[in-house]
Amino acid sequence: MIQFLVHDRTDTVGVATVDIKAEETAKGLYMETQEPIGIKVLNDIPLGHKLALRDFKVGDTVLKYGHDIGRVVADIKAGEHVHIQNLKTRRW
Amino acid sequence: MNVPKFMGFRRENGRVGVRNHIIVLPLDDLSNAACEAVANNIKGTMAIPHPYGRLQFGEDLQLFFRTIIGTGANPNVAAVVVIGIEPEWTNRIVDGIAETGKPVKGFSIERSGDLNTIAQASRQAKEYIQRASELQRTECSMDELYVSVKCGESDTTSGLASNPTVGNVIDRLVEMEATVSFGETSEITGAEQMCKERAATPEVGEEFMRVWEAYDEVIRQHKTDDLSGSQPTKGNIRGGLTTIEEKAFGNLQKIGKESRYLGVLKPAEAPVGKGLWFMDTSSAAAEAVTLWAASGAVVHLFPTGQGNIIGNPIVPVIKLSANPLTCQTMSEHIDLDVSAILRGEMTLDEAGDRLIEYIIRTCNGRLTDAEALGHREFVLTKLYISA
Repeated sequence: MIQFLVHDRTDTVGVATVDIKAEETAKGLYMETQEPIGIKVLNDIPLGHKLALRDFKVGDTVLKYGHDIGRVVADIKAGEHVHIQNLKTRRW
Repeated sequence: MNVPKFMGFRRENGRVGVRNHIIVLPLDDLSNAACEAVANNIKGTMAIPHPYGRLQFGEDLQLFFRTIIGTGANPNVAAVVVIGIEPEWTNRIVDGIAETGKPVKGFSIERSGDLNTIAQASRQAKEYIQRASELQRTECSMDELYVSVKCGESDTTSGLASNPTVGNVIDRLVEMEATVSFGETSEITGAEQMCKERAATPEVGEEFMRVWEAYDEVIRQHKTDDLSGSQPTKGNIRGGLTTIEEKAFGNLQKIGKESRYLGVLKPAEAPVGKGLWFMDTSSAAAEAVTLWAASGAVVHLFPTGQGNIIGNPIVPVIKLSANPLTCQTMSEHIDLDVSAILRGEMTLDEAGDRLIEYIIRTCNGRLTDAEALGHREFVLTKLYISA
């Protein structure tokens, strides 16, 4: 069963399509290419929430849909939950 | 190509509606009570109360008249009774609606009082509803349809599945030569360059950027923080959306892959031809759908993630969601469940087929969830303070 989807091949986050538990090795899919991807998940990721596909440092850009969706404001490890605690808009 | 047919109401001006409403429309806040009394007297008619219509001026007043006249002129409306506090602006609305050729009559309360006005207006409403009850649906074609699209309480499932389903249908509707409109100016923030590139010509793209920048300027003037909680909403954030940029790219999945918009409409402005149009609107659901209804849209497609439950008094709002939790816990609000896309058990083309089928059933007369539940949100867009 697929547990997360990645919109674009260049994206650095995936989206959980089911609730994923910490410590699971989650199975994902790149939507464009249908290529599989697996990653060890470090936090519980609720359905619809994002998980990091690589490590990020403060100031890095997060890519989703192949585009910049904001700046990292706290370091993130691959497999961690990406949300308002570590990602902010560049606008407003 | 094969353009599907449905049974609709062809109005005096040739435009096609999918509902047969008789509305009792107030000019102003003061006339809401009389309108509600008329709608209570005459069964099957509907009052559309609202809080404005007094001491507005300039562009804000123009938008007010365009919205109220457009609501009465919408092809889903068979006839209109207008009630206002005084006759001049009341007649301005009556004259605007009368250009469609549909039956419309105005009543004013000063020098008459509520009770006499209600009695006269009720007699007129009774005549209208009995006349409208004899109108028959006739065969109409999808290319005569004007459909608007806007999402609400989005989450990441909107960008993954329900918005792309609407996008799939938009590409098909445009190919069928239907009329389609999208908007939500503020919610394109982050993806504005991508939106600009989807314009049919560079000039239209520049016009979009001008409208987007003007909206962005208003937000910058009035904001007190980074807008987190307002845009994205608390519901968006609960559903996993983090930033306005992320929300914007998901939002734009709704306009499909092929279609290009032909022009930029002012709020509540009617498109002048078939195809896809951008309208400058707020991203608040009821405000935006009210503007599209006033521009003549007769069906609205509304993808939702966390479960926005909006309806409109005169336009059927069709809701779809790909969030399995929302589809389970709020099933009475979700007309079409496309959560199977997330499980890999439904393709976007299949979801698009289902949505087209649902649009046709709705056009034929099937009530949407929002209609059956009595959702009639009518919210005027106000540009600035009154005089």
